Amino acid sequence: MTQVSMTVNGKSVSGEVEGRTLLVNFLRDHLSLTGTHVGCDTGQCGACMVHVDGDAVKSCNMLALEADGTEVATIEGQANADGSLNTIQQAFQDHHGLQCGFCTPGMVMTAAALLKDNPKPTEAEIRHYLEGNICRCTGYHNIVKAIMAASGQDVNAIAAE
Amino acid sequence: MPKDHGIGASSKRREDVRFLTGAGNYTDDINIPGQTYVHFLRSDIAHGKINAVNTEDAAGMPGVLRVFTGTDFEGVGGLPCGWQVTDKHGQPMQEPAHPVLAQGKVRYVGEIVAAVVAETAEQARDAAEAIELDIEDLPAVIDMKAAVQEGAPKVHDDLTSNLCYDWGFVEENKGAVDEAFEKAAHVTTLELVNNRLVANPMEPRVAIGDYTRHNGESTLYTTSQNPHVIRLLMGAFVLGIPEHKLRVVAPDVGGGFGTKIFHYAEEAFCTFAAKALKRPVKWTSSRSEAFISDAHGRDHVTKIELALDGENNFTAIRTETYANMGAYLSTFAPSVPTWLHGTLMAGNYKTPAIYVNVKAVFTNTVPVDAYRGAGRPEATFQLERVIDKAARELGVDPIALRRQNFITEFPYATPVAVEYDTGDYNATMDKLEEIADLKGFEARRKESEARGKLRGLGVNCYIEACGIAPSNLVGQLGARAGLYESATVRVNATGGLVVMTGSHSHGQGHETSFPQVISEMIGIPEDQVEIVHGDTARTPMGMGTYGSRSLAVGGSAMVRATEKIINKTKKIAAHLMEASEADIELKDGQFTVAGTDKSVAWGDVCLAAYVPHNYPLDDIEPGLEETAFYDPSNFTYPAGAYACEVEVDPETGKVTIERFAAADDFGNVVNPMIVSGQVHGGLAQGIGQALLEGAVYDETGQLLSASYMDYAMPRADDVPFYTVDHSCQTPCTHNPLGVKGCGEAGAIGSPPSVVNAVVDALQSAGKSVTHIDMPLSPGRVWTAMQG
Repeated sequence: MTQVSMTVNGKSVSGEVEGRTLLVNFLRDHLSLTGTHVGCDTGQCGACMVHVDGDAVKSCNMLALEADGTEVATIEGQANADGSLNTIQQAFQDHHGLQCGFCTPGMVMTAAALLKDNPKPTEAEIRHYLEGNICRCTGYHNIVKAIMAASGQDVNAIAAE
Repeated sequence: MPKDHGIGASSKRREDVRFLTGAGNYTDDINIPGQTYVHFLRSDIAHGKINAVNTEDAAGMPGVLRVFTGTDFEGVGGLPCGWQVTDKHGQPMQEPAHPVLAQGKVRYVGEIVAAVVAETAEQARDAAEAIELDIEDLPAVIDMKAAVQEGAPKVHDDLTSNLCYDWGFVEENKGAVDEAFEKAAHVTTLELVNNRLVANPMEPRVAIGDYTRHNGESTLYTTSQNPHVIRLLMGAFVLGIPEHKLRVVAPDVGGGFGTKIFHYAEEAFCTFAAKALKRPVKWTSSRSEAFISDAHGRDHVTKIELALDGENNFTAIRTETYANMGAYLSTFAPSVPTWLHGTLMAGNYKTPAIYVNVKAVFTNTVPVDAYRGAGRPEATFQLERVIDKAARELGVDPIALRRQNFITEFPYATPVAVEYDTGDYNATMDKLEEIADLKGFEARRKESEARGKLRGLGVNCYIEACGIAPSNLVGQLGARAGLYESATVRVNATGGLVVMTGSHSHGQGHETSFPQVISEMIGIPEDQVEIVHGDTARTPMGMGTYGSRSLAVGGSAMVRATEKIINKTKKIAAHLMEASEADIELKDGQFTVAGTDKSVAWGDVCLAAYVPHNYPLDDIEPGLEETAFYDPSNFTYPAGAYACEVEVDPETGKVTIERFAAADDFGNVVNPMIVSGQVHGGLAQGIGQALLEGAVYDETGQLLSASYMDYAMPRADDVPFYTVDHSCQTPCTHNPLGVKGCGEAGAIGSPPSVVNAVVDALQSAGKSVTHIDMPLSPGRVWTAMQG
């Protein structure tokens, strides 16, 4: 077992982990941050997406020890300080960008990373950026629409919800 | 103005807040003090005789509590099958034993051979590697037609063959069908494959067994669409636990699509082991395990023939289908290719004579059962493909040929045993032509051609049957369960209310849409209504959610229970206002007396029911809580028309979906936003089936497409924005809400339009391609173009 320390959603945390413990397991099992999900075991689905030092990272593809000393952001830290939904979260609710909710934390974290790099993405740019996030419920229509809306674009012309 | 609350309003989903903030409560998020972990050792060969399972070394590994094998389950029941099909000779299907852990033989890659329970998941996994298996390879049967040949290796030695049943439907139609084919002016024949799929809800399955010693109760937390069904099957048939000592909880569930209907071995194991070890036992499926242990879907091979007279009227349909059951009968597997498929073969058309033959076959593959649509996509695909082929052979417009043969008068009794209560297929086709801008297609085709691409248009119709019912009929058809739904409405003293429903929400948004109905009925705000579901200890016996039944059946139960509540509150209001009960009206949360200015608020009446100081105690009991069980008198029959436009790259064979439009008739709609979302998701799954997805076995029974690296899930850039419409509404005539169900339509209706569109694109370029089997990968399309 090895000691690991990092900052998660602005708080300093530490724990003892095996060398093989993945960052996602550290978040879920050691910190009880169960909003980050595991949907596959090949790094394909993106349900475990978090931010590490500001970059979108699939937390099933990173050992907890590799995240030692980093700043990690998870879905639990995304809402506004008063607890209300942030712009992206609110757009997902307004445009029905989620159904079962399992892929949703990963989608929100990916969308946040996209909009940081590209504040006004086109539909094609959004679809391309979401290639690493699989949703089985929504058919992506309302996810793409929500992200466009969150970036301030008028989505009323796009097919009805 | 669109409504802002109640029936017809696109109310925002209340469940979203917890899902968007990481506060959801999925089964894997539950951890119980003292919890242990199980790792299942699964067979890596498709068919073999178990000579020995040596667990000695594994049992001595760090943290290991116990290693279980098939012998530990010898006195335990097997996993039951919930539907018995009777074959065309009147004999029951062959029904093999289905042990929780393999006994004597392994029959598919993924079958559980042993289970290690340890203090941590890692210790369990490590110890499982130390188990020594001596399994003797036996020849495997994978191909269905080979499996029913004389001399084929048998999946189950104690059955007479690999044929589960040979079903004819309707047997009495056979003579008339054959005669119609003899007289036909034209016959179109098509052989096709409905590709094997893996449902792939994004949340893998999880099971946690718990046993409390002080009261001898077992609890199972599981990723299920129907916790009461699991409680009944597991308690009564597998483990022998009476239902009052068994609780099943299905909390937030991350998608189901059918594959979380069934009772699985892992659920029984965790419940059994928790009692044996007096410790909670948790299993979390990896995605790799999910591919080889979740029930698969579809996997039919069909020959369909369509007979037409000289005026292009459909005169008969004849089909022969091989349906894969896999190695064992999953919970509802036998019903899928029969009663959920044969009954839909009339589609939207007035074909007078239809005969369906289905041979269900055991193979050394993962069990196959219902997946979104379940039998209805298979029926729709064959029918809409053969109609399209017929139109091309006859040189007539595919839409005109469909319109000519539409059923236009309702109710309509089909020759395949069902009666459509209502519908308007010309209306949805009219709407489709409008929203898909079919008039603009030729211009778009020219524009594609200018860019070197082949553009094609595919159109089809579909009909589905939702809310399978009534119970007494399905009982005659072999169902070993009732198909009602339940609801208890509990009104609190201060006027808010809780609906405890047997329906289960795993993405459908019941927590939002069900209160809209109550709000409409009583006139109180939606946020005064709370929905409780997914816990057998908190909800009345219910059958859960599948087959697009929640609102049509579960919603109807809720309406009936609420009507009882309203009737009682009217009696109380009449007493309070010293008026006749017949004169009491309830609107916007106020009781009034007709023709007077008297009124009393909903909340005051509810309070009176619990503080009955001024109350008609001689006539009615205090309290406000009512339960209803609703058993529908018929299926509901949503229907629609879909159009797909594709571009095919002639250099590579790659198909892209350029436009997709869906015009559906779901009857009345409670929440249009949610309904559109259900259609979107179904369309993506149907497009996935048509272009991308396929579970592929090699001849030895290894699943080659067993991860997201190999099984092509639809991703955001595989699909376009969809155009969907559900303004054509012919309300269901037999349920109180007039609703029909929308959950599966997209997945049922979309595959044929995609394939029709690709065939159209290739034929427009002079290719003689008449059919390509799904998935229409670039390789398959390119190869077809070379022929």
